[in-house]
Amino acid sequence: MTRIDFSVGIGGAAGQGVATPGNILSKLFARRGLHINAYNAYQSIIRGGHTFLTIRTSQDPVRCMGDRLDMLIPLNQDAMDRHLGLMRKGSAVLYDGDRVKPNAPAEGVQLCPLPLAALTGNVLYYNTAAVAAVLRLVRVELQPFEEMLAQQFSRKGEKVVAENVAAARAGYDYAGSHFEPYPFSLPDTGKRLAVATGNESLAMGGVAAGVKFYCAYPMSPSTGVLMWMARHARQLGIMVRQVEDELGVINMAIGAAHTGCRAMCATSGGGFALMTEALGAAAMMEIPVVCIDVQRAGPATGVPTKTEQGDLWQVLGAGQGDYPRVIAAPTSIRDCFHLIPQIFDLADKFQCPGIVLADLLESEGFSSFEPQELDFNPPRDRGEVIGLDGAPAEGGAGVSPATGGGRRPEHPEGGAGVSPATGGGRRPEHPVTGYKRYRMTESGISPRAVPGTPGHAHVVATDEHDEDGVLISDEFTDPHKRQAMMERRGHKMEAVLPLLDPPRFTGPDAAEVTLLGWGSTEGVIDEAVEQLAAEGIVANHLQVRWLVPLQSEAIARMLSGARNLVIVENNYSGQFARYLRSETGIAADAHIRKYDGEPFLPHHLTDGVKNILAGRTTKYVPVHEVRV
Amino acid sequence: MGEMQIEPRTQPAAKPRRPSLTVKDFKGKADPDWCPGCGDFGVLNALKTAVAELGLLPHEVLTVSGIGCSSNLPGYINTYGMHTLHGRALAVATGAQLGNHQLKVVVTGGDGDGFGIGGNHFVHSMRRNVDLTYIVMDNQIYGLTTGQVSPTSRKGMKTKSTPFGSVENAVNPIPMAIACGATYVARGFSGQQKHLVGLIKGAIEHRGFAFVDVFSPCVTYNHENTHEFFKQRTRKLEEMGHDPADPRAAFDLGSQWGDSIPIGLFYRKDGVPALDELEPVLAEGALARQPLEVSRENARALVEELL
Repeated sequence: MTRIDFSVGIGGAAGQGVATPGNILSKLFARRGLHINAYNAYQSIIRGGHTFLTIRTSQDPVRCMGDRLDMLIPLNQDAMDRHLGLMRKGSAVLYDGDRVKPNAPAEGVQLCPLPLAALTGNVLYYNTAAVAAVLRLVRVELQPFEEMLAQQFSRKGEKVVAENVAAARAGYDYAGSHFEPYPFSLPDTGKRLAVATGNESLAMGGVAAGVKFYCAYPMSPSTGVLMWMARHARQLGIMVRQVEDELGVINMAIGAAHTGCRAMCATSGGGFALMTEALGAAAMMEIPVVCIDVQRAGPATGVPTKTEQGDLWQVLGAGQGDYPRVIAAPTSIRDCFHLIPQIFDLADKFQCPGIVLADLLESEGFSSFEPQELDFNPPRDRGEVIGLDGAPAEGGAGVSPATGGGRRPEHPEGGAGVSPATGGGRRPEHPVTGYKRYRMTESGISPRAVPGTPGHAHVVATDEHDEDGVLISDEFTDPHKRQAMMERRGHKMEAVLPLLDPPRFTGPDAAEVTLLGWGSTEGVIDEAVEQLAAEGIVANHLQVRWLVPLQSEAIARMLSGARNLVIVENNYSGQFARYLRSETGIAADAHIRKYDGEPFLPHHLTDGVKNILAGRTTKYVPVHEVRV
Repeated sequence: MGEMQIEPRTQPAAKPRRPSLTVKDFKGKADPDWCPGCGDFGVLNALKTAVAELGLLPHEVLTVSGIGCSSNLPGYINTYGMHTLHGRALAVATGAQLGNHQLKVVVTGGDGDGFGIGGNHFVHSMRRNVDLTYIVMDNQIYGLTTGQVSPTSRKGMKTKSTPFGSVENAVNPIPMAIACGATYVARGFSGQQKHLVGLIKGAIEHRGFAFVDVFSPCVTYNHENTHEFFKQRTRKLEEMGHDPADPRAAFDLGSQWGDSIPIGLFYRKDGVPALDELEPVLAEGALARQPLEVSRENARALVEELL
């Protein structure tokens, strides 16, 4: 079978219904077992402006939206004017011939004006007819679309279904008799793939982690997580709350987490800024909580609907003081799903906040998934926790809850096997089991007891405290205890690094150029490496996913043979380049950066590499060719 | 109080006899570091007395505070405790209450913590009618930062941050709480122990957001709203024939300030469902104790949606 690589762009004003044909086409492709990757360039406006959705499909996994459009569907004149100039030989432009007029297209671009008014008689069915015309041009049978329409409009009655189907057939037939189809037909691989946005993937990743408490304040481009969670809350038994502000969000999540729930929240950079003090609080009280920052173009309100990787240093520096935490950036929409359960395990095990640094490219884009990779019950590790059903911690920490032990007993390690009882008539003085919340341990991890557990009453405090949770910050500050506590919290994190998968390094060891990216740029760099290879330039690729702890040794090893290290990032100042240098001493030879609000396209990187290798620049900054 | 609902799953089916505890059993691991004569001692004592008299056990109560002199309270009481950030106690407590709604959640703090930096959470926790007790030790001053103006400082009051007298109006939390939807609104005075114990017991027993504003004089930084000041002016609502079911009367009495300042239960509305009662996801019991596994049917349905 020949490899199909087909991209459709749909453009129009917000409110004109760009999303609907986009979703339908994505679904129709995925139901043929074709992979997809889609990106929606949109604006902070409910009606008007310009929205442009790119959907790319192939039999192989699609890692980014690519460089080229095979089909343009401009829903208005503006979209036609903006994008027609980029259409190349062999492509087609499908539009409403009554309302939209093309300027001069490049040679070999097929213009496909549809007389939509005549074909459908009702503006409501224009998109239906247009989608059907697309299907005709890629030589796909109409029936699956008809079935989808019947399903989608069944609640609106038979008449609406019939009119939609009639519009689809009219569009399909008209395209068949008036336009030249593509020289291939979109195959059907015989399996079905799932399609999800990055926000949905983050939410479903939470479900797979066992999240029981989710809260958020709406903020683009993270709001999709809240909406997915809210829609599924009752089905899945998840408490979902919209909170008054992000200060409330993170603190509410911390409260729920302290009782033993897996608790998660998501926001964008501005909301994250409000949360930072509380992240330190979670670390100080040693409460596991996961917070997602879906980055958008900053600073301040910035460009709310545009993508950027500009929050790295905000997240690295979030909150006062030195405190334990883990930070990771998912490397694709699919990874949004897989990363969440992993970071929850680390947060639970090390009793610290876990921060996820996603971005709009991932959150608002959508991707195909093999259904079987959506494992909602991966292995889960809750760490050393006392009082949750069936989950006693090991060793002395696992002392069964008992409130009946009598006076201040110092049997710190013993007592295992004492049957749980709330009474016996004796007086439960407080530390009956000798339980100390912040006990000094070899690993630095002190087993945590959840409130409600008899015999383990204790205070968790954001003030510095001793092993027993008693404050040492006010009346009797104690330098020795303070130092010991700082060291215990720091020491426990040393065990994180060995648990992480190494960063992904692909390509030959000996390469002319090494491209290093972090987070969401994995797919586009992969594709750029292939394009470079086709032009005879050998490149390899290191993609960083775990930011704290940074796998410095592994990274240094992988970069030891790099002849030309080029760091690729979607920000202005080279935030990761600075971070890498500060942690490893490794300075990049050159940089490719983009901060116009739009993601990299593969050719931005290949152009950059060629310019860098030719010695023309050490910092290549492409800009999006189209104003979207 | 009747039967407590709080039982860990590991507890044997047969109900053991509940121990009866005294105030002493609720003594915390540390001794208060408040200034001698601070009103907060009275509030701490009243709270310990209330939980003891209600027959609660230490592990059944979660005491949550923010930051400030009075917010040190969780360290001085033998219950589960969270000493959180300045202004954030109500948000944390809401999360904890929803995480395990079988806990009795008590939030303690000061006027700056609750009405200043935490004002937004105060408003929204009340409109949500979260099932918790919120005790504010209101001393009309910022004590731990050594004497600056607070949201409840009188207009004209001279403090270290208003050396020429405050030009801002004070907030009156009682009418505010009634307007925002709190379903139990009371004011006490730390110098009236027995009365205060009664108000706190009523608050803990109340299902919904119970707010108890307590005059708790700062002996070091507020020389205006002293123990003597409140002793002379406070009048008990219970002796005034006030009906706490009447929100308008409660609003009027709560707004009264001057030579006669009412204390007692201003407003109480029973039968308003608390936030946790309105969420079907809590029907299976405490959220924190639910298994993390996703059922086979749900996992299948989630994938099916995406196909």
